[in-house]
Amino acid sequence: MATSEQTVLQFAPTATSVTLSAKVHPLVVFNICDCYVRRPDQAERVIGTLLGSVLPDGTVDIRNSYAVPHNESSDQVALDIDYHHNMLLSHQKVNPKEVIVGWYSTGLGVSGGSALIHEFYAREVPNPVHLTVDTGFRMGEPAIKAYVSFNLSLGDLQLAAQFQEIPLDLRMIEAERIGFDILKTTMVDKLPSDLEGMEASMQRLLALIDDVYKYVDSVVQGETAPDNIVGRFISEVVASLPKLSPAVLDKLVNDNMQDHLLLLYLSSITRTQLSIAEKLNTAAQII
Amino acid sequence: MAAAPIARSFLQVAATEEVATPLRVVQIEGLVMLKIIKHCKEFSPALVTGQLLGLDVGSVLEVTNCFPFPIREEDEEVEADGANYQLEMMRCLREVNVDNNTVGWYQSTLMGSFQTVELIETFMNYQENIRRCVCIIYDPSRSSQGVLAFKALKLSDSFMELYKTNNFTGEKLREKNLSWVDIFEEIPIKVSNSALISAFMTGLEDDTPVTQCDYDRLQLSTNPFLERSAEFLIECMDDLSMEQQKFQFYHRNLSRQQSQQQTWLQKRRAENMARKAAGEEPLPEEDPSNPIFKPIPEPSRLDSFLITNQISNFCNQINGVAGQNFSRLYLMKALHEN
Repeated sequence: MATSEQTVLQFAPTATSVTLSAKVHPLVVFNICDCYVRRPDQAERVIGTLLGSVLPDGTVDIRNSYAVPHNESSDQVALDIDYHHNMLLSHQKVNPKEVIVGWYSTGLGVSGGSALIHEFYAREVPNPVHLTVDTGFRMGEPAIKAYVSFNLSLGDLQLAAQFQEIPLDLRMIEAERIGFDILKTTMVDKLPSDLEGMEASMQRLLALIDDVYKYVDSVVQGETAPDNIVGRFISEVVASLPKLSPAVLDKLVNDNMQDHLLLLYLSSITRTQLSIAEKLNTAAQII
Repeated sequence: MAAAPIARSFLQVAATEEVATPLRVVQIEGLVMLKIIKHCKEFSPALVTGQLLGLDVGSVLEVTNCFPFPIREEDEEVEADGANYQLEMMRCLREVNVDNNTVGWYQSTLMGSFQTVELIETFMNYQENIRRCVCIIYDPSRSSQGVLAFKALKLSDSFMELYKTNNFTGEKLREKNLSWVDIFEEIPIKVSNSALISAFMTGLEDDTPVTQCDYDRLQLSTNPFLERSAEFLIECMDDLSMEQQKFQFYHRNLSRQQSQQQTWLQKRRAENMARKAAGEEPLPEEDPSNPIFKPIPEPSRLDSFLITNQISNFCNQINGVAGQNFSRLYLMKALHEN
């Protein structure tokens, strides 16, 4: 069965499948890399199932994944179907809303064996998404691509399966929440505490404000050409600070600070109470 | 010239007991953190649990993978189902070369109120089978403020021994010098990632200088969180005062009983003197059948310890958030001045 990576011809596909796009959560990327690192020695690539859901606007939301053991030789591919079903059942016990939406494989292109596997998944799900994750970094940078397949047929005769790339959106919001510095390096010695995190964020904010300052200064002095769009953004930002008179602002800030000081005071009193209670409870009884 | 080391016979080595190196650090993989966060967030505010898998290496406990537990309904037959699920998952994961070794479990918590008797019970259950286990607590409500609220907990050894005897009277506790801070030990967490995934993340990272994490941290509206923390704190103080009342009641009963015993003893002695004068047998000075000699059981201190732990946790949280808020308020003020 012939396959191709780039679209050659646009046959009359149904309206929804053309606008198909996929979103991948960072957990899936982590899972795939972890499975690849742990693959058995003789396997060149890892194959697995993608779980997720289809959003109402047709986008495929890929949220979870698991690896499926497989055997691959030059002309045949054998997938452990029982394992696949068992894992699916187990995963659905935890989260029944996650269903199969496709499958993944590591490695850059779409190969002949992939078409067979794709057909297998097509029996489970109407339009499976095929995700390839290039762990070999053949293009010099991380390449994650998603494909959907269309059948090229002439009358009743099936000729080939055409894999068409669909736009992929890597939603890194969860990864951002943890902070990329924790996920990027191979070893982080300690999780940042509250105040350290605040400090880091404020420094970033300060750096941004400095940059904007320098830009505005240089535009005013005529060194750089003014860009209207950037200027509009800056004026929007400055205008979004609420216009409060200094007296009102002072009162607001002070009130808030009083509230917080009160809470701190309450919590220190509570702690003192705790230590007193402790002493009383375990004091020796005088009989 | 250094002397060759004395060869130890196999019997000698087998006879010496292995001294377990104390657990100093828990090393979690980024994958596990993402999985825990995803699972806890999907089901919040319900509390969920899951199993941790990994390796126990010297003084480091490595956690390399995890899987979630399905939410158990209050059904009798689900017990066997739960065990089956666990076995099935572990078997499947082993086929893809994931570490098959249980090293503990994780659970989500709401506002940091996780110190319960159930936690201790689960710890004791796990400790019977595994030499070293750890419990990771994740708080999704605090993470909405940009703080990564992961904690690795372990029961301290002295507390575990005491719990086995199930004796929490004041004397025992004074003997062992155990107070409420000694129940749980918190272990520092390190995060590790494989080289492949760190290459991916470095490549996929956006170029924006500000991330969602910063947006969360610089948010000004933390009042709801503080309000709920304060509410929980008040409830816990109520519980604590109830426990204190129990103790007061017990002490009052004890002193009343003792005064009753004294009066009874004096009466007995007076009677005996009279009998001796009359030449009869003196009556025994003790009477175990008399109800005033029945020892009153001392209430267990375990609950009050746990409540104290919770309260101190809430206090810490409030302190942390209040501290953050101070910096945010000053930032706001400075922005306006400009």
